[in-house]
Amino acid sequence: MEWVMKALMIISLAVVVFAAVFIIFTIVKKGWSCITWEMVTSLPGNGFYIGKSGGFLNAIVGSLYIVLASTLLGLIVSIPAVFYLNVFLKKSSKIASVARLAYDVLFGIPSIVYGAFAFSIMIFIGMRTSLLGGIITTTLLIIPILIRSMDEVAKNVPSELYEASFAMGATRTETIRIVLRQILPGIATAILLSVGRAIGDAAGIMLTTGFSDTIPTSLTQQTATLPLSIFFQLTAPQAEVQDRAYAAALVLTIIVLLISLLGRFITSYFSKNKI
Amino acid sequence: MPLFQKLSDLKNEDFASPWANDGKSRLYTENLSLSIHGNRILKNISVELPCNKITCIVGPSGCGKSTLLKTFNRLIDMTEGVKISGNVFLGNENIVKAGFDDLTEIRRRIGLVPQRPCPLPMSIYGNIAYGCKIHGVRKRRELNRIVVKYLNEVGLWNEVKNRLRSPAVGLSIGQQQRLCLARSLAVEPEYILADEATSALDPQSSKIVEDLFVRLKEKYSIVMVTHTLHQAMRIADYVIFIYMGEIIETGTADEVFHHPKHELTKNYLSGVFS
Repeated sequence: MEWVMKALMIISLAVVVFAAVFIIFTIVKKGWSCITWEMVTSLPGNGFYIGKSGGFLNAIVGSLYIVLASTLLGLIVSIPAVFYLNVFLKKSSKIASVARLAYDVLFGIPSIVYGAFAFSIMIFIGMRTSLLGGIITTTLLIIPILIRSMDEVAKNVPSELYEASFAMGATRTETIRIVLRQILPGIATAILLSVGRAIGDAAGIMLTTGFSDTIPTSLTQQTATLPLSIFFQLTAPQAEVQDRAYAAALVLTIIVLLISLLGRFITSYFSKNKI
Repeated sequence: MPLFQKLSDLKNEDFASPWANDGKSRLYTENLSLSIHGNRILKNISVELPCNKITCIVGPSGCGKSTLLKTFNRLIDMTEGVKISGNVFLGNENIVKAGFDDLTEIRRRIGLVPQRPCPLPMSIYGNIAYGCKIHGVRKRRELNRIVVKYLNEVGLWNEVKNRLRSPAVGLSIGQQQRLCLARSLAVEPEYILADEATSALDPQSSKIVEDLFVRLKEKYSIVMVTHTLHQAMRIADYVIFIYMGEIIETGTADEVFHHPKHELTKNYLSGVFS
């Protein structure tokens, strides 16, 4: 019987590895042949989307702006929420269970719904599609991911650690700093998950960020992002424009890969003191 | 002192304590009762824990030993549904009625050595210095002295002096427990509570920690919950026997172990129940 389970496990693993390798292979094969230095360092020229010269630096920078700002904002909101749930509220607290249910629901909501929600609010307050709109929408999108993944780690902090800290006369704020050290690897993982979601999301920002051929110089300007840039190029009728979409996808993949590697490095660095 | 002296070169030297302890505050309870979700765990406990002695609290499982211990430093607050009546005094301070600010100072004066060693997620040095930092000691030189002194006090200095910046989790379980003890001692408590502090240790480490307690009672008052009667017999000066949340018998180790007055104590000592 054990060999059946083992075979199933190997098959599952093979499917996942095959899918990952196949996707990366396709992107690299198609993207590598047409990517040029000009593409990643210049803005789209006139007629870029019908096959003329230029690049998608605007989309790279726009995506990075949105990801960095929304991750930072998301952390500012979610870290206190996680500590409130785990340090200040008791384990059987009704507020905590309602909040966790709410985060789970928010976790499952498709990003287009966040986009539509933010879009309707932007219309209501008279705000135009902009970098700020994209940052806020993406922040809303990743907050449940950040909170739920950090919460799972914080819930598993041994009660002895709280006791050890309190027993020495630490206040709850001082204890939070101890717990923070313990869950730093978890925070790094949460950031990785949310960055992955934020940088790859097209639906949420389509309605709120707009698109632009320039690099935004203020929060109120529209901005391009890599997923939308890929989308526009891929839906163009010209084959050479479609190929360029793979170049943009390659850049997107490389950015995600670099962030993952950085995250792994940071996680292992901060894990050294973990009990 | 040179600017970049290696930590491992530091010497154990005398220095003035950052905390002015009068040293001999009495720890005692008056009619202490405690219930959790309506279940009475402690019933009318009135007892004094003598200074500079090892007091062992013994009794069968679930009799309320650990609960009593956790009431002394109010760690019992972390349990849900707790109701306390009566008083626990440390000197003039009523621990039961202490507000949050007073509680941090009370907890400095009453250290805890946990059942399972739980080093903080930081370096060996950081573990000892942490308590001092939260209680206001900031100067590097003073922290260095404290770290050296208390690692020496628990006999850990020579074992760890070359890896003070390494994670505390890298130590063996026995070493971790001594580190936890040094961490408690570093803030100069008057009482040390030990909740079955040797139950998770191997016999050799357990012996080292026991010997430490015996040595430390000159300076500190030690209150120990233990499940092992033999351990209590070896090191206790004073014994409190609890059964079903009530104190059945208290007295010196000789009185309780060799001349028990109460039938329940006799039965417990002879192994009728445990």
